[in-house]
Amino acid sequence: MSGMMLRGRAWRFGDDVNTDLIMPGKYLELVDPEEMAPHAMEGLDLGFAEKIEDGDIVVVGANFGCGSSREQAPLALKHAGVGGVVAESFARIFYRNAINVGLPALECPGVSEAVREGDTLEIDMTTGVISNEDTGARLGIDPMPDFMVEVLREGGLVPYMRKHIEEW
Amino acid sequence: MGETVSEKVLARASGREEVRAGEIVKARVDVAMMPDLTTILAVRAMEAMGRDRVWDVDRVVIVLDHVAPASTLMAATIHRDIRRFAREQSLKHLYDVESGVCHQVLPERGHVKPGALIVGADSHTCTHGAFGAFATGVGSTDMGAVLATGKTWLRVPETIRVVVDGVLPEQVAPKDVILRIIGEIGADGATYNAVEFSGSTVAEMSVSGRMTLCNMAIEMGAKTGIVEPDEKTLGYLRGRTDGAFDPVWADADAEYKRVLELDVGQLELQIACPHKVDNVKPISEVAGTRIDQAFIGSCTNGRLEDLEAARSILKGRHIHPDVRLLVVPASRDVYMEALDAGIIQDLMTAGATVSNPSCGACFGGHIGLLAPGEVGLTTSNRNFRGRQGSPEAEVYLSSPAVAAASAVTGAITDPRGLR
Repeated sequence: MSGMMLRGRAWRFGDDVNTDLIMPGKYLELVDPEEMAPHAMEGLDLGFAEKIEDGDIVVVGANFGCGSSREQAPLALKHAGVGGVVAESFARIFYRNAINVGLPALECPGVSEAVREGDTLEIDMTTGVISNEDTGARLGIDPMPDFMVEVLREGGLVPYMRKHIEEW
Repeated sequence: MGETVSEKVLARASGREEVRAGEIVKARVDVAMMPDLTTILAVRAMEAMGRDRVWDVDRVVIVLDHVAPASTLMAATIHRDIRRFAREQSLKHLYDVESGVCHQVLPERGHVKPGALIVGADSHTCTHGAFGAFATGVGSTDMGAVLATGKTWLRVPETIRVVVDGVLPEQVAPKDVILRIIGEIGADGATYNAVEFSGSTVAEMSVSGRMTLCNMAIEMGAKTGIVEPDEKTLGYLRGRTDGAFDPVWADADAEYKRVLELDVGQLELQIACPHKVDNVKPISEVAGTRIDQAFIGSCTNGRLEDLEAARSILKGRHIHPDVRLLVVPASRDVYMEALDAGIIQDLMTAGATVSNPSCGACFGGHIGLLAPGEVGLTTSNRNFRGRQGSPEAEVYLSSPAVAAASAVTGAITDPRGLR
């Protein structure tokens, strides 16, 4: 990952967005992330992957990514061009999977009130601050465990393990 | 201060005297399980991490279950590649398409032991907590690291203890108990937590019923569900495993994040309504809702006692002409026992379509999809929008007895009211 800064337009979804909505079960036979990408968020917004621009940010409510452990969900988002997901809270397995594939998953209480669809956000993951350029609002990201910051800094668990496998 | 089951298992797995909730530990995995649709990504992750052999050919278990047998060329290719991988690696435990759903096959074939740390590349891996294991679902990249090293990092979870007491009323099943608990705790009320199920009702419950409880722990966001082992647990596992158990129990003074007490002596039948698992209502509020399809099966409710519950309703009756009834035994062993007991004969005579064991009907795979506008009643674990076919379909969750009775009348029905 190039630095720890994100900037992009916000795409809004609600609470309890499950991984069946992010990546419907009928696509789970795909093994190439580029082929998963066009189907990202298809359960909620059929044209999502077409509409977004690289680096755009998905902003959601509570319990994002609940349900199945399918890593195809964060992979599809990442390869569709999503720069990061900011949520009130994440389901546990999705959270791990997102960080592991190098997709920033940031918990930020209050974000669903403070961000509208289309707002431009700048996120500094080093200082933990989200700035809404359209409203001027500034929000704090919940601190991540050190280990996860390290994994994200390396670009995901695969590059992290390539470096650290001997001491693992 | 005493310890929870999770703290004890994770202390042992990480080679520590004791660990506490909130700590992050690096733990040795006893069993790593992968179903067909997540294996290839995990193998690629392992290889990309720089390892070309799994850490232990005896601790990796692969089950070809989600698309079994393959219904598309893509699935056939995945299965072919997995079989090649298993052969090249000399893996000792590949269960091919005839075997059944991974969470049923694992305990049946002796891979689950109390006190063990089990990770699976499937969210319902928490099922194995029914045997006193710490069992949790992970994604494919985490699994890749496990395949490469035999270790994973875990945050030691806080535990919610759910104490269930009372004698279940007639036809009220473990599924009704867990739906009631999920309705109470909510879809994310146990996120990052372990849930220990205890109390006299759980002590009386069969191993099969305890698996139903633990299976759905993930539907409250939990990392795992756990029932402490007892004679029933050990009785089930003796003869299936090598018998070398090292069970752990929670200390009387273990620290819990929350204790939820539930008296089920008067519990109503419970239904989870569209489109969230925690949208749970007593059956009286939704009885009469017309259905197009009922599905009895899955890692939640596809075991012998579930099929027996369905048979007790359906024998001598016939399903409604406007309803399809799908029955999918959870494993080949369950299927064969049901054949021996004459259950399959009775279900088919009543009009059921019986399919070979697989996950297909539960996750919108290759069996029994719902068309736009249709309503399904299922004994599986998720009623998410689009999960079983069309996003314009509606899915309700229930126990096997309610699904069977509803297939007879064509609408959600309390089996105790059937003529």
